[in-house]
Amino acid sequence: MLRIFEFLYKLRAFLLFVLLEIIAIWMVVRNNSPQGAAFFNSSMAISGSLLKTQSDITGFFSLSEENDELSAQNARLLKELIGQNSMDSVSYAPLDSSFKASFEIIGGKIVGQTLRLAQNHITINRGADDGVTEGMGIFTQNGAVGRIKEVSKNFSVGISLLNTGLLVSSKIKSSDVFGSINWDGKDTQVAKMLYVPRHVTPSPGDTVITSGYNAVFPEGILIGTIKSVNPSENQNYLDISVQLSADFSKLNYVYLVRNTSIEERDSLYQQAEISDEY
Amino acid sequence: MNIRNLFSTIIWGFLLLVIQIFFLKNLALFGVALCFIYLLLILHLPVNISTISLLVISFLVGLTVDMFYDTGGIHAVGTTFIGFFRPIWLRIISPTGGYDEGTSPTLQEMGTGWYLTYIVPMTFLFSLLFFTVDQWGTMGVFNILNKSFFSSILTVLLAILVQALFYKRRRSIL
Repeated sequence: MLRIFEFLYKLRAFLLFVLLEIIAIWMVVRNNSPQGAAFFNSSMAISGSLLKTQSDITGFFSLSEENDELSAQNARLLKELIGQNSMDSVSYAPLDSSFKASFEIIGGKIVGQTLRLAQNHITINRGADDGVTEGMGIFTQNGAVGRIKEVSKNFSVGISLLNTGLLVSSKIKSSDVFGSINWDGKDTQVAKMLYVPRHVTPSPGDTVITSGYNAVFPEGILIGTIKSVNPSENQNYLDISVQLSADFSKLNYVYLVRNTSIEERDSLYQQAEISDEY
Repeated sequence: MNIRNLFSTIIWGFLLLVIQIFFLKNLALFGVALCFIYLLLILHLPVNISTISLLVISFLVGLTVDMFYDTGGIHAVGTTFIGFFRPIWLRIISPTGGYDEGTSPTLQEMGTGWYLTYIVPMTFLFSLLFFTVDQWGTMGVFNILNKSFFSSILTVLLAILVQALFYKRRRSIL
């Protein structure tokens, strides 16, 4: 017995090494599964507030650019509002419940993000106290950005669209063909559109928007434009590259959106045993 | 290691972490070369540090970076491996006559030739492990090797630059 203990004692460094590696790999696996929660992430109080200070300083330099974009968006919204008012004379038709899905929107600011990995994440300075919940969609006026994964009191962490694990249900605007947007981990400006059948003939320049089939994004949020269409190795589908409209290296202010009917939809999916893509 | 050394090591390590987390996080030369300058914190610990404490320090440093990178434990996997492999590699490339008590394996102490044989394989191994875990199952071997190769080159270049700039000056003051 003593021999065994002596033997183990001699090996203690190696055993500790194996133990620490197992812990680390276990944390990686947990972090990468869609439902898993990371133990250490940037939504924690210390790291969150440190990142916030950094973004406060760097954000100062892009203020005028942000202002320009916001005023452009204001102008566009005003135009739509004026259009709405002039529709008063049209007779009012009650909406049926399928159009009732309503969306809550929260504004936020990105305080930290990674760009250069295969699994990129975003940290946002809004947390549970501001009404953020897991599964909310993240977008800017330029396009879809990601989906909230984890929420702490004052911060939240989202999976970026630039994450090989995220699928976003989407469609080609002109032809209403559905597919899934997934990043292939190569270029931060380009993603792939999967599951578009071969008989469809999309052309470069076509707009790709969110489909509204998933409960994360409302329908019609811009994702990008088709960059190239090639026949893929798979016999059934096309290989489509989409130029993303959101510039991930310049993200600053974002909107978080929640579908208020998501619980009903989710429980229906559970009953029907369908696993939703995000 | 005396108190003064301990103190300067802690401050130096803290500085490296701050630079890594706030300045180098999204830096990638030509989209392939990342820089892991914080590895110097582990690689420059004194030669005679015990393996156990080296492993614990490596693991904690990796976790700290992971926290800010939102990578779960990818950095920790790499740094722990570096911590385990370092004593073995040091023994293999030990100069004739061995190491002096309390030496740090730095450019100034050991000379350029020896330092390169020390740091290049270590950073390459780390990068290889890092990108393998990061891109598990999503990308080909070529992509991983490509990124590891250029990342370790960038890290080594920056490591030499940092030491050429700061280590000498620190010595002349002391």
